[in-house]
Amino acid sequence: MATYKPVVVQGFPKLGERITQDTVYWRGYKTPVQIKEFGAVNKIDFSPVSPYNYAVTASSRIHIYGRYSQEPIKTFSRFKDAAYCATYRDDGNLLVAGSEEGSIRLFDVSGRAPLRQFDGHTKPVHVVGFLSDMYRIFSAGDDYASSLWDIPSGTEIISYNEHTDYVRCGCPSKVNADVFITGSYDHTVKLFDTRMKNSVMTIEHGQPVESVLLFPSGGLLVSAGGRYVKVWDVLKGGQLLVSLKNHHKTVTCLCLNSSGQRLLSGSLDRHVKIYSTTSYKVVHSFNYATSILSLALSPEDETIVVGMTNGVLNVKHRKPEVRKEKSVKKRQPAYRTYVKGRTYMPKQEDFCVSKPVKRVLRKYDKLLKSFQSSKALDAVLEPPIRLYTPEVTVAVMQELHRRGTLRSALAGRDEKQINLLLTFVARRVIDPRFTSTLVTVADIITDIYQPVVGQSAVVDRQFLKLQKAIGKEIDYQEELLEVLGMMDTLFATFTRKRAAYLEESKSNGLGETIETSMNN
Amino acid sequence: MVAPAKLRVVRCGGGNHHGARAVFSADSKYLLCASGDFVKVYSVATEETLRLIGGHADRVTGIQLNPHNHMQLYSSSLDGTIKLWDFMDGIAIKTFTVGSVLVALYAPPAFEDSVFVVAAKNGNRGPFQLISVKLTKAAGQVVEAKELSVILSGVDSSPKCIAFGREGEYVVSVKQSDLNIYFFRKKLAQRFSLRPSKVIEGSNQFSCVACHPTEDCIATGHSNGKIRIWRNFHHKKEYTYSTLHWHHDTVRDLAYSVEGTYLLSGGIEAVLVVWPNESDRQKDFLPRLGSPIEHISMAADGSQCCTLHTDNRITLIDSNLRFSKSIQGLIKSPNIKTGLVVDPRTKALVLNGEPGHLQFYCLQTDQQLFSLDIVQREYIHQAGLHQADLVKVAFGAQGRWLATVEEREEVTDPELQLKLWFFNEETQSFKLNTRINTPHEDHITDMCFREVEELEDDSLILVTTGKDRVFKVWLMVEDTDPEAQQRVSWSCDFVGSYHNYQATNCCFSEDGSLLAVSFEETVTVWDSVTWDLKCTFCYPPGKIRNMCFGRLTCSKYLIGSTDCGFLCCWNLLSCALEWSAHINVLILQPDPLSEYIAAVSWLPEESSLFVFKPNETQPVYIQRNLCRLKIQLAAFVPRDEPEMVSSEKYLWLRRSQLFFLTETQELITLSTKSLEERLTLSSKQLAVEESLPVTPFSLLLGKHRHHQSQEDTDLGKRVVQKQHEQESPAVKELLHTPAHVLPSASFLCTIFINSLLISKENKSAEEVVADEVEMENEQAEDDSEEERDVAEMEQDDPSPVESLGELPCKLSKSQERELRKIRKMDYSWIAAF
Repeated sequence: MATYKPVVVQGFPKLGERITQDTVYWRGYKTPVQIKEFGAVNKIDFSPVSPYNYAVTASSRIHIYGRYSQEPIKTFSRFKDAAYCATYRDDGNLLVAGSEEGSIRLFDVSGRAPLRQFDGHTKPVHVVGFLSDMYRIFSAGDDYASSLWDIPSGTEIISYNEHTDYVRCGCPSKVNADVFITGSYDHTVKLFDTRMKNSVMTIEHGQPVESVLLFPSGGLLVSAGGRYVKVWDVLKGGQLLVSLKNHHKTVTCLCLNSSGQRLLSGSLDRHVKIYSTTSYKVVHSFNYATSILSLALSPEDETIVVGMTNGVLNVKHRKPEVRKEKSVKKRQPAYRTYVKGRTYMPKQEDFCVSKPVKRVLRKYDKLLKSFQSSKALDAVLEPPIRLYTPEVTVAVMQELHRRGTLRSALAGRDEKQINLLLTFVARRVIDPRFTSTLVTVADIITDIYQPVVGQSAVVDRQFLKLQKAIGKEIDYQEELLEVLGMMDTLFATFTRKRAAYLEESKSNGLGETIETSMNN
Repeated sequence: MVAPAKLRVVRCGGGNHHGARAVFSADSKYLLCASGDFVKVYSVATEETLRLIGGHADRVTGIQLNPHNHMQLYSSSLDGTIKLWDFMDGIAIKTFTVGSVLVALYAPPAFEDSVFVVAAKNGNRGPFQLISVKLTKAAGQVVEAKELSVILSGVDSSPKCIAFGREGEYVVSVKQSDLNIYFFRKKLAQRFSLRPSKVIEGSNQFSCVACHPTEDCIATGHSNGKIRIWRNFHHKKEYTYSTLHWHHDTVRDLAYSVEGTYLLSGGIEAVLVVWPNESDRQKDFLPRLGSPIEHISMAADGSQCCTLHTDNRITLIDSNLRFSKSIQGLIKSPNIKTGLVVDPRTKALVLNGEPGHLQFYCLQTDQQLFSLDIVQREYIHQAGLHQADLVKVAFGAQGRWLATVEEREEVTDPELQLKLWFFNEETQSFKLNTRINTPHEDHITDMCFREVEELEDDSLILVTTGKDRVFKVWLMVEDTDPEAQQRVSWSCDFVGSYHNYQATNCCFSEDGSLLAVSFEETVTVWDSVTWDLKCTFCYPPGKIRNMCFGRLTCSKYLIGSTDCGFLCCWNLLSCALEWSAHINVLILQPDPLSEYIAAVSWLPEESSLFVFKPNETQPVYIQRNLCRLKIQLAAFVPRDEPEMVSSEKYLWLRRSQLFFLTETQELITLSTKSLEERLTLSSKQLAVEESLPVTPFSLLLGKHRHHQSQEDTDLGKRVVQKQHEQESPAVKELLHTPAHVLPSASFLCTIFINSLLISKENKSAEEVVADEVEMENEQAEDDSEEERDVAEMEQDDPSPVESLGELPCKLSKSQERELRKIRKMDYSWIAAF
């Protein structure tokens, strides 16, 4: 025999962006801190050791910021012209930077004056970095040359002149101390082995390369240039794995998160996109005020720092993890009572009498079960339900309407209750999920309480509010229809091969709209 | 074999069960129920239909057990006869013809050899009267009942409006607002009238009546939901009554318990109310019985009661007011909107069941397989309430997907929901996958899946057509989010329309490459890959009513029927009309397994069936006057194995069987089998019926037991056991008497030992148990053999001796003795030679 069926509260799918784990994760940052620098920020590098300070290269200065400091804790300003690419060594003690005048300077993080200065480049050096053995430095610049320097002696070990245009990016391999790559405006990425006289591999990116990145495993290489981010398999001889085109302006910087599962790319189109490195799909995207030049993510993804063309440094810190166990634990029954009888294993010949499952009904369901419509409506107008789960309130109203008792449930209420009802209706009637039901409710309320209009100022005000809300919504709908009409004409002017012979068959614009938008 | 028999129209389910109150057999093992022209016998234990008793020419209106013989049943019918049946064997014992239409039957035990019927005064219609019919004991199958005497005239035609008082002292009849009591002993009639209701005219009229079994007390139900208990009605003035009120609508039936300690009432609310001691206080309820209660009947031993519902369901309720069983065949739904759909998985018929549910009806067993709750909302049994109900159903991908549309009529705009269900193999039931609110802005007119066998599930396409002048194509989309609960969901892929006409029908071609959608007068054909309009067909001025593609060899044809009475066939290759015929086709049903198409036409008072192949101009089969009622729906149900069809003419019935549903929701089919073949099936049931409950297992066990018993008799063990059992009283007495009152052991010894001996006489065939006959025969044969050995002279006539051996089981003792004498005489006679 059937039992009472509770009221179905319809869950509606969230429109727009779908909430995934990624969105939750990447949204877990506080509002950004903005720091003004002297010029465009061309490089941000985090110290690999705690407390994870970061060096920001902008104009002729290198600022070092602490984790939460808004003022630089240290500044290197011994540059005559612009400094480039200040990079930490893996132990976090040394910092190397290139400069406009062509010299490379090596600083001790705790000191002020440069420890070494490497001269040899004839043009500005845009790329410098430590190889993973920590004793050698590679560099490249506008003189098309890529050089390797020995720190202890301060001399050049080898120089490659293979690029045919400015070299603007480079990256050492984490697994092999002899390997580094450089990307150039001549559309190529070259992989160098310091034991060899020439480059080991050349990858044709197709656009001027703005940024390169090697995966920690050393097997995959990511290059960014033009609107494209391309991933190459180094071990397969530089085979293109995937080409991503998600930005609509030049991609300027690349970065991996601490786990290596997500790839971030910043672009002049003011967006940072986050890709999953398994599916290479965009899982999240950040929006910034101006074009992005540099991007860095601290270990453990604690901080995202983005440098922009107007010299603003945008720092986002991660929100502390919310402890969920804070809520007061409900007192459980004592262990003994809980366990009582549950440990008994029935024997084979035992006849088990199953206890009927007790179904717990919500309060409004109980009232609806006993046909108490008015009280059921009261129950769903209680503050917690009305405010946080309006869909329950609306579902019960709909159920009452279905039973034909909505009118009697709404009738016979005092000023306070009418006020409450009207507030609810005026606020929610514009929600497309509830419109159809609440319009009926509003209709019935005005019908019932028409004779008493004018007797209470509070109720009158609510009626006016409702009228205003509905008027506004109607205007809004009209505007939307206008937009739809405009779009229809736009789509209609699209002349396609397929649409050409479809024209006669489709007189309705809507059908065509959907089809063309699907093709896009 | 035999010459091709004519196709017979066979009723196989549905109909109307609630013509009369159901009757329990005396031992409460069987339930008898009037069902259309038949009486059905159900087993209470197994809910199976054991027997269908048929013989009446019209609807059975009343059934009553013969109060003087519990194995007999009286039934009355609209054909003007009362029949007496042996319901266990299904044999009509006698037929009494009364002449006029009988609408109710009563057989109170207090009256010897007479029953009461409510009959029309003059022939077929007109005022009804309660008549006492004396059942003559005259010989002959058909007897005319002559001794009729009118008890009350001007009674209501409903069988619930008359009740007999305790020990048949009085009879009560209610009609509108009058209560008539006739006292048999005093031959006096008493009349009480209700004061007309002040609020609404006639709202307090009587609807049913019941009499207390032991006291002078009458309970009447009223159409305003009140129940009145009348007492002291022997006097015109001093009568009293009390009122009980719970029902909000008409009390449909009342019944007293066997001892009269409580009263049961039921109505449209589908709640059985128990009123103990006729008081308003401790009333008890059994709610949510599914559908309005029409009749309530009690078992004679009071162990259970049953309620008959308006949707043909029978609910058995035990004495603790707990739901125990429900017997349900084809559930009658007020309006079948879903059509007849065949579930590809179970081959069950699928259609609207109880409100908001989808019933899966098994054709073989005439039982409901299960009922799927689609709407999942509490159904309020109240007249005039628009509640959501199922309107369209479609199965896809061999029954793995089910699409349902439910709608609720609203004044402004209908509330529509499209639901897609996936068959869960683990739970063996359908699980809701996607729910789409308002898939169309107006009513959905048709829905179909693209059924392509070779392709994967992912290519499944659903098309819905709506009155909002569009058709929509729904596709399965995979959910990219790994955290989502389900892998796939459905979403709209394409919206098509044609000149702003209402879309009415849709169907896919057999290979799934083409979709045909009819827009009022025009049929449009679309490519199912690119959704391009390929061509249009039109046959003015009629609007397209039905449409289907040909199958197999006829897949290039598209058949459509219009509402102005034309059946057209278009060739898809030449895009031209192939042929058309002037038939008013109501239903067009293609056979899924062959190229045949069945069309059912309707002229006033006559439905005809045409079966044709689209590529042939002549129909394969025509059956005029299939049924007098309008046929609402039809469906081809694939057979499990192709049937052997003797005639070329019925080749179209080889792969599938055609079922029809009439206006009155009777399920009929066409059968090539003769009546005998069908009857043998039911006689099989009969054989097993004796050892209830009948389950396959019990059948198996029964066989085994039978074997064993035979073995026992062969060994003669059984005989010894029999002796033991026979002698056991003496031994028992001996054993159970206290030792101190027993005589000495030496005295008892001889008695005891004698009791253990097997006496010789007992071996003769005196008490023959039916299954020991064989053994007896063997013994007799043995005897004769011995005799042959001893006396050679008997060789002359061995046959009489043998026949003697066989005879005893049939002859009485005295005859036997005579035979023996003759035998002795024979000897002497032979010796003389």
